[in-house]
Amino acid sequence: METAKIKNKKPISLGKVILYTLAILYAVIALGPFIWTLITSFKPAAETAKMTVDVSKLTVSNYTYIWTKFPFLRWTLNSIIVAAIVTGFNILINSMAGYALARLDFPGKKLIFLLILAMMMVPGQVVMVPTYMLLSKFGWVDSFKGLTIPFLYSLFNIFLMRQFFLSIPKSLEEAALIDGMGRFRIFFKIAMPLAGPALSTQFILTFAGNWNSFLWPSLLASTPEHYTLPVGLNSFYGQYFSLWNQVTAGVMILTIPTIILFLIFQKNFIKGIATSGLKD
Amino acid sequence: MLQAQKTAPNKSSGMKSLARREKIDGWLFIAPFMILCLIFFVGPLLVAFMLSFKEYSFLDSNTMFQAKWVWFQNYIDVLKNPTFRKALWNTTRYSVFVAPIQLVIALLLALVVNGGIKGKSFFRTVYYIPTQTSAVAVAVIFMFLFKQDGIFNKFTSLFGIQPHNFLTEPKTALPVIMSMAIWSSVGLYMVIFLAGLQDIPDSLYEAAGIDGASNWQRFRYITIPMLKPTIFLNVVVSMIGCFQVYDQAYVVSQGNGGPLDSTMTVVLYLTRTGFREFKMGQACATAFILFVIIFALTIAQKKLFGEETSM
Repeated sequence: METAKIKNKKPISLGKVILYTLAILYAVIALGPFIWTLITSFKPAAETAKMTVDVSKLTVSNYTYIWTKFPFLRWTLNSIIVAAIVTGFNILINSMAGYALARLDFPGKKLIFLLILAMMMVPGQVVMVPTYMLLSKFGWVDSFKGLTIPFLYSLFNIFLMRQFFLSIPKSLEEAALIDGMGRFRIFFKIAMPLAGPALSTQFILTFAGNWNSFLWPSLLASTPEHYTLPVGLNSFYGQYFSLWNQVTAGVMILTIPTIILFLIFQKNFIKGIATSGLKD
Repeated sequence: MLQAQKTAPNKSSGMKSLARREKIDGWLFIAPFMILCLIFFVGPLLVAFMLSFKEYSFLDSNTMFQAKWVWFQNYIDVLKNPTFRKALWNTTRYSVFVAPIQLVIALLLALVVNGGIKGKSFFRTVYYIPTQTSAVAVAVIFMFLFKQDGIFNKFTSLFGIQPHNFLTEPKTALPVIMSMAIWSSVGLYMVIFLAGLQDIPDSLYEAAGIDGASNWQRFRYITIPMLKPTIFLNVVVSMIGCFQVYDQAYVVSQGNGGPLDSTMTVVLYLTRTGFREFKMGQACATAFILFVIIFALTIAQKKLFGEETSM
């Protein structure tokens, strides 16, 4: 054994060199564009086109400028409100549905689950035109209702939660049931606290998905006061595309919140994907 | 004895009421989702199907139920439309490049961060960060990097390469959109591959080590076969995502699919038909054509990967 290890030592260390080179190279590719954009967002107009960075001239004025002179503050608030409402309800509604499909025995359960799997195959764009017509009938186009209410559930996340609840033992819940605890209390007091990793995954996917979504908000928000950040940034870029230092500041306002949330929840996120049977 | 007889029926009726309670609870738990799904998915899906066989504009004074049935005319019109054909060609080309390239890179990165290097979780996090970024932001970042006097052209000019205005030249606009899609979604597939890799039991590799298998043999005969369901899932998810490409193409061309329709995609064509030209029937027909393509691809991949990989 020992000699085999020593014999193998050389090729392994060459492999290590290749591994590290690849790892670092792709880290540069993944982060480079962000870093360059971030630096540019702190440059004054005269420096924007230069490939060099003069640290003494860096300024936050691009940020204060687009916050005060353009509706970026409004758009940021809109994005926060919409993403918070959508994410909160998604977590509740998807987890409850996933729990019912995993744990409770009720008529029609099999059929509903099969229908969910079938509907996951249908691209969202198929229902776009009728949904838009429906929302305009409700008077919800260009309103927060239209931006939130149709998006309060997710087929994919229901599937994810069902898989997760199936993977954890149910003995605790059965014991509580025998003690006479109601289902809703069992769900909130026992099942949900155990679902941390799956909830983190759901939280990150839903929040980032909604925060970044562009197609629907661009159709549904027709006045700038209802724009979310991606729609706002697109319209700002469309008009002021030569002001790169300000455009890049807008990019950073749109980008940084989801990255920070990911950094906070990332440990659980990767665990959540691993345990919720996403890969089966 | 008497006592036992007394409690037995009690218990079974208790079980019965518990089972009934469970039925009610089951429906209560799933009701919020069911109601939303019926209003915002099932209903619109049926209406979309109906509209795809009708000639209807949102601006018409009559309702969609009164609108004229044209049966397959919408489908024929869409399939004959040169802009749609260009869109389908672009989307196919886009998917054929993006899906395999991003999956190969993702698998490679998953193997790298699953191997014995230091700072694994650092690299994993870094690789995932672009995935968290809005497609609109990614499009703007790439336009900034690839513009005529941007950093990419400045860099290549060091090697004597003429600068290109990548996003206004029909030949290069779509490839730049492809590269931003690859860059921004590799992280997701890497994480799913990683979950698959970590599920492969170490004992298999140990056994192969005893048999004297090389690294390549271990990869070829253990990793790849064991990873087959994960690869299948990733190929399907990535293909479906590719065929729905929209945001980047919209931002780059400001909604026109230009230059010269070179960034026109199927979904961009769909929204333009529906929400700029108000041809709701044709837009719905386009949507169902997209659905059929995605469905056929999924079935084809299932056949390709064999029956045992069930989703």
